[in-house]
Amino acid sequence: MAHAATAGRVPERGLDVYTQKVGMWVFLCSEVMFFAGLIGSYVVLRFGAADTWAVPNEVLNVPITAFNTFLLICSSVTMVKAFAAAQAGDQRGIKVYLLGTTLLGATFLGVQVYEYVELVLHQSWQGSHGFTPAAGLYGATFFTMTGFHGFHVLLGVICLAWATIRAWRGHWGADNTHGIEVLGLYWHFVDLVWIILFTIVYLI
Amino acid sequence: MATIVAEATGQAILHEEHEQSFLRKYIFSTDHKVIAIQFLIYTLFFLMIGGLLAMLMRYQIAWPARGELPLGGIFPESMVASGYILPEFYNALVTMHGSVMVFLAIMPMLVGVWANYLIPLQLGTHDMAFPRLNMLSFWAMVPAGILTLASFFVVGGAAGAGWTLYAPLSARPDLTGVGLGQILWLVALVFIGLSSILGSVNYITTTINMRAPGMTWMRMPLTIWSLFITAILALLAMPVLSAAGIMLIFDQTIGTSFFLPEGGGQPLLWQHLFWFFGHPEVYILILPAMGFTSEILSVGSRKPVFGYKAMVLALVSIAFLGFIVWGHHMFQSGMNPMLGLTFTVSTLFIAVPSAIKTFNWMGTMWRGNLQLHSAMLFAIGFVAMFAIGGLSGVFMASTPVDIYIHDTYFIVAHIHYVLFGGSLFALFGAIYFWYPKMFGRMMNETMGKIHFWLTFVFFNLVFFPMHGVGMVGMMRRIYDSTGYAHLQGIEDTNAIITWAAFGLFASGFLFAFNFFWSLKKGRKAGANPWNATTLEWQTPSPPKHGNWEEVPVVYHGPHEYSHPDVEDKDWLAQNERPDVVSPAAGSH
Amino acid sequence: MDWALPPNYSTFGVVIDQLFWIILVITGIAFLLVEGGILWFCLKYRGREGAKAHYTHGSNRLEIIWTVIPAIIIAVLGAYSALVWDDIKGSSNRPADALEFLVVGKQFEWNITYPGVDETLGTADDFTVRNQFHFPVNEDITILLESEDVIHSFFIPELRVKQDAVPGMTIPVWFDATQTGNFEIACAELCGLGHYYMMASVTVHSAADFDAWQASQAPAAAQ
Ligand code: HEM
Ligand SMILES: [Cu+2]
Ligand SMILES: [Cu+2]
Repeated sequence: MAHAATAGRVPERGLDVYTQKVGMWVFLCSEVMFFAGLIGSYVVLRFGAADTWAVPNEVLNVPITAFNTFLLICSSVTMVKAFAAAQAGDQRGIKVYLLGTTLLGATFLGVQVYEYVELVLHQSWQGSHGFTPAAGLYGATFFTMTGFHGFHVLLGVICLAWATIRAWRGHWGADNTHGIEVLGLYWHFVDLVWIILFTIVYLI
Repeated sequence: MATIVAEATGQAILHEEHEQSFLRKYIFSTDHKVIAIQFLIYTLFFLMIGGLLAMLMRYQIAWPARGELPLGGIFPESMVASGYILPEFYNALVTMHGSVMVFLAIMPMLVGVWANYLIPLQLGTHDMAFPRLNMLSFWAMVPAGILTLASFFVVGGAAGAGWTLYAPLSARPDLTGVGLGQILWLVALVFIGLSSILGSVNYITTTINMRAPGMTWMRMPLTIWSLFITAILALLAMPVLSAAGIMLIFDQTIGTSFFLPEGGGQPLLWQHLFWFFGHPEVYILILPAMGFTSEILSVGSRKPVFGYKAMVLALVSIAFLGFIVWGHHMFQSGMNPMLGLTFTVSTLFIAVPSAIKTFNWMGTMWRGNLQLHSAMLFAIGFVAMFAIGGLSGVFMASTPVDIYIHDTYFIVAHIHYVLFGGSLFALFGAIYFWYPKMFGRMMNETMGKIHFWLTFVFFNLVFFPMHGVGMVGMMRRIYDSTGYAHLQGIEDTNAIITWAAFGLFASGFLFAFNFFWSLKKGRKAGANPWNATTLEWQTPSPPKHGNWEEVPVVYHGPHEYSHPDVEDKDWLAQNERPDVVSPAAGSH
Repeated sequence: MDWALPPNYSTFGVVIDQLFWIILVITGIAFLLVEGGILWFCLKYRGREGAKAHYTHGSNRLEIIWTVIPAIIIAVLGAYSALVWDDIKGSSNRPADALEFLVVGKQFEWNITYPGVDETLGTADDFTVRNQFHFPVNEDITILLESEDVIHSFFIPELRVKQDAVPGMTIPVWFDATQTGNFEIACAELCGLGHYYMMASVTVHSAADFDAWQASQAPAAAQ
């Protein structure tokens, strides 16, 4: 009697989609609302602010973040490639692309940590030294939104690293692609959120 | 997230039948039925804690000048000094009573217990889509409970800014004297959010994808419909509360000022975020109760649910409308009054589906063959009490009237008619009803009926007069009302309410006694003691690990009672083969 | 036991109370219908051995009836409420030449700033009195409501006035008292330890008395 086994094994009577994928989509709806809460607050606070909002260019390091954005977009591409490789049963491809995605994600995090350290230690803000979450609404919203995004990237990188290890053990293949696909959904979502955040926080 | 991925990779699939250790079987179990029972014990415990806090509060309201709190000596000096409940402790009581009841008792009892227990059983599947995620959703509640209890004993005491946590009061320890206690509660809330979201992912996915063959959407029992819609509400509303709660924690700890005007923040932003979550939350707190009621009324009346489709439509429309009415909590908040107008309109509209449901429940009872057992009494009690709560909602939805009654005891009466008379009555009914399935024995009927009548009478004695006290103008959350000229003359009413409240609390112990006594001494139930049609009754009580030897196949609608073509009995199980029973009966 | 609205002494209170009673009658009828129906069904259809219930899945006609009737009642109530609300709160209905006061809530007191004899705020003869609100009868009064610390709520039951005071905002509230007398401002929003005693006295004077009172205060405040 295989109880937990029903997931994916017993013919399903619901959507024509396997359960884990449905689960991830449902979970992502919740994530959308989480970021909507943060971004919505940002919009309300920014447009309700009495004094003018700081110009991103004068506080934040936009070029390096643009580069970081590029990395994350690349990682979405490698993620797609990893899934394609899995479907094709290309073991080498799976390993290379999963590893690539993991490393790109990790680099993104590294750059973000570097950015934070620079801001907190060296950036000046309204005459005083150090741009922190306590630096007005600008600092508060900046660190909260990018920080929670970073946290999501971190979770993703951990899962990716684990998927990569399994790739080396030969876990994935043409008959076992679900895990990569589901992880990919999450990863693309995180990527998409970043593009929105990058636009509203760094560009406008 | 990691768990979904883990289960996708196939790990969870390899559970062979094997002897499970005690720890695996009862503590870190992934069986939805065990998790439901864990939730049940957890929530009954917090129901008692919440009740206890309420008793202390009522003592203070009735006899503010008396002191002499019975057993007052067992409390630390920071809470009760020489028999007097201190104002700071009173604020903690008001806050934590509401918070504990909403987040640690009623909500997890409605959803954590019954969504877990019923969804796989009523849908005819072996377990939830993600059993380990499910286990996590219970274990996330444990730190939440511990933090909540601990918060009473830290310096400054437990949170004291109301369950609605209005900033800046909730954000500035210097203005309340409460520091760590507030933070602990907010962290607990984040855990609760996590638990609720994980649970919802499970309930929704299971409902979408794991129904037994033949279990079409319109053959799902109304319990499932209501739990499914509730899960969607929780999935979309809880993350907003989590986001807001995290911002509030940051305001307290790392010097941000999201909600603090000195730093450019907006106190009203908190209210918008809170109520954007909060109104869907009140429907999270009532929809499952509506589902249980529909189910029990149908079984107890031996009739199909009257207007099944309308019931489903009402649930769905409540879910939609529930996201656009939040501003009705903010009519007097300083929000643009013209915005208030739009919220009046949406709020009045959301009363319509509630009315439809009430009439359909009465329609279900009409010309029935009513079996007035304890579960049925509580279900009927639900309809009677929920109607009062819905009607008092009309007063408040009318903005001009709300000017006067907002933040008075009238609101307190409303809340309790919907949440106690509504949700909790339905929950008691659900426990009497599904207890035999859970534990294989019936709860004692005599005690059950006495429990119902005591609860019913005391409940109304406590909360009906609160409408009156609210009309007189008594404000919510005040420690002592006797100093106000306009509140002279309500002392007697307040004392009566308090005595009745003690009675209400005491009658809970009869229930608790019955609950534990029946575990050992209750009459053996058999698979289907109520002659009910839904799938959970077509498997032994309690169901084994995995629920079914063979996955059932569904042929009929969920509530086929007293079908004229069925002879010898007045019910038709969902999985009875039509050719065996009667060819004509297969049409629904 | 006295479960009634306190006597009303304001112009707006008249319509508010009227609406309250209208809703009470409507909901009262609904209450009797529902509760009476439930009770009647419980007695009439109480289960008997061997009886079989009437098999029905519902009735579209009945369901439409009990959807449409409440919807109409509610729509009418909503429309009427909206009109009254706009009358009371709509910014276009803010009286133009009202006498203005500044009311600032803070833990746990109400500070009222008076316009002085020139009847305008922000001039030299303004003065502030703690926890005492005096104003003339039969005259449009507007208060500018503010808070120094947390959210409070300005509530005068007899005048049917309630408005939250929010730090960082200035919220205008207007009303017109119809009788002289002594009342209280209560705080209706939990604001901390002293929430329950955050109370101020309200004195509604005749016009002449108010001028006299203000004159008696002004020199004291000017020193
Ligand atoms: C029938 C439709 C209902 C209407 C028209 C309605 C209307 C309202 C309104 C306008 C308020 C705000 C009053 C104020 O603060 O001045 C309110 C408060 C509240 N309602 Fe309802 N309500 C309805 C049903 C429910 C249900 C079903 C529940 C819960 C199960 C519920 C729970 C609450 C709670 C908890 C509050 C108070 C929140 C607080 O301030 O602490 N209501 N309701
Ligand atoms: Cu609401
Ligand atoms: Cu107050």
